[in-house]
Amino acid sequence: MINYLKKNQLKFAPIYFLAPTIILFSLYVIYPIIDSIWVSFHSWNGMDRRLLDSSGELKNWKWVGLDNYRELFFDDYTFPINIINNLKWLILSLLVIPIGLGLAIFLNQNIKEMKFIKPLFFFPFVINLVVVSLIFTWFYMPKYGLLDLIFRSVGLEPIAFLAEETLATYAIIFAFFWPAIAYTMIIYLTGLTNINTEVVEAGRIDGASGFNMFWNVILPQLRPATFIATVVTVVGALRSFDMVAIMTKGGPWGSSSVLAYKMYEEALFSYRMGYGSAIATILFLIMDIYIAWFLYRLFINESSEK
Amino acid sequence: MFPLPVEKLPKINQYRYRLFLYLSVILWLLPLIAIMLVSLRSLSDLNAGNYWGIPTELNFLQNYSEVFVRSPMATYFLNSLIITIPTTIITLIISSMSGFTLAIHKFKFNMFIFAMFIAGNFIPFQILLVPVRSITIQFGMYDTWYALIIFHVAFQSGFCTFFLRNFIKELPFELIEAARADGATEVYIYTKIIIPLMRPALAALGVLIFTFIWNDYFWALVLVQSDSVRPVTVGLQALRGQWVASWNLIAAGSIVCALPPVIMFFILQKQFIRGLTFGAVKG
Repeated sequence: MINYLKKNQLKFAPIYFLAPTIILFSLYVIYPIIDSIWVSFHSWNGMDRRLLDSSGELKNWKWVGLDNYRELFFDDYTFPINIINNLKWLILSLLVIPIGLGLAIFLNQNIKEMKFIKPLFFFPFVINLVVVSLIFTWFYMPKYGLLDLIFRSVGLEPIAFLAEETLATYAIIFAFFWPAIAYTMIIYLTGLTNINTEVVEAGRIDGASGFNMFWNVILPQLRPATFIATVVTVVGALRSFDMVAIMTKGGPWGSSSVLAYKMYEEALFSYRMGYGSAIATILFLIMDIYIAWFLYRLFINESSEK
Repeated sequence: MFPLPVEKLPKINQYRYRLFLYLSVILWLLPLIAIMLVSLRSLSDLNAGNYWGIPTELNFLQNYSEVFVRSPMATYFLNSLIITIPTTIITLIISSMSGFTLAIHKFKFNMFIFAMFIAGNFIPFQILLVPVRSITIQFGMYDTWYALIIFHVAFQSGFCTFFLRNFIKELPFELIEAARADGATEVYIYTKIIIPLMRPALAALGVLIFTFIWNDYFWALVLVQSDSVRPVTVGLQALRGQWVASWNLIAAGSIVCALPPVIMFFILQKQFIRGLTFGAVKG
């Protein structure tokens, strides 16, 4: 037996090396995705699914087909607000990429103090979003906040950004910029240090400089960095839950809520697991576009290397 | 090198660059500097509206001891360590195993499994929320450290497998072939050859996972609820409700909450950046 296993170990090795990860991943990632989609076709309050009521019907769990989706798309007036906020997050967060690139170019110098300055620019990313949110909540705070102070010192009327329906989302996105720019900056800095210097010098000899050089020589070489920066920014923007939950709880009057936050509220506060799961499924489908694009890129690269 | 090194510019422009650089550092860190300063202030200053003027007294010790002694912050902090450290270690162990086999063994569903792990990184947490919460309750783990540890291990192992698989793929394959020719078992190759070579990747990944888990808010919010198991992120948010306008305490608590990953980052900067920018060079 042992000999048999040893002889065929190349065949069996993948099984035992993969087992722990596959089991956990299936149980906590794969199965929940399938189950969530299944739940989204039901009305469920989160209690025992199999419990029967006095007439022998299932008490907590009922098949409703597409009703949750129908309600979401046609009857729930907050849904468009959430979708639009998600779009705002998605589009505005893309600004992080050129800003991060600009900052990286600004910092890509070899002066001796740079060793200490670069990490200072980077570390907003390490601070957790709870703290970032608290810092900015306080920054926006009326009367005592820093922003208020700045507004007043230049003679402007102070605005309570987080309490304004039209401004709250933008205020949260602006706070998200801080750690997000730090991240894209570090990606681009690594990209810049790996740029082929010979090409740059050759370009200089040919008289390319400034924007021309940047656009035709530098940017094409930074493509892998741009790709990664886009992916992490978009994923970060779609996971905006933490900041919304802490800074406004989706308010005022639901105006800054995003799908991720709405889902959490429906499922855990209103006990509408089915409805919440329908929202999660929509969010998941949106994300799938990015997943597909990422995998496609990755496998193109993988096969071109062979 | 791009842009043109400042050393090649006239002296006056070098000074301008430096001045601009220092100003931007200060502006960039302004939110942080502000919160640090407030964490030293007394409540009477804050009540008097003195947020930005010269403080009448420095309350460093009072504020921080208030946070640690008169609130459950110390417990939250400990909980975060109890959750984060085992998660990091277990994740590295199991994903180095799966990364190893995906990198060097040829089998039918290799690419499919690999793609699945990658895709897992991007899924929104909300699609997992309802079922993961049900599973946790069914296993009797709701409101325990294990709930968070097991979930984080499961979720992070996808990303780590992806990372380590690509790292191992870059190692010289002849090494493994030579060991096999000498009759080494696959387990031997994994423990005695691959693990030592993987050390830099494991370090990079370790600091990254530590930070991710320490900073998690969502799962701590939905899988635990009592003070005795809550990590620092959710704990801080709870204390905020209690402290209301005591921004000096909220600020001090925030700094305590942010500190471990920051310290880790400054000590292991190189590893950290290697982990984060993985794929940015050639991916």
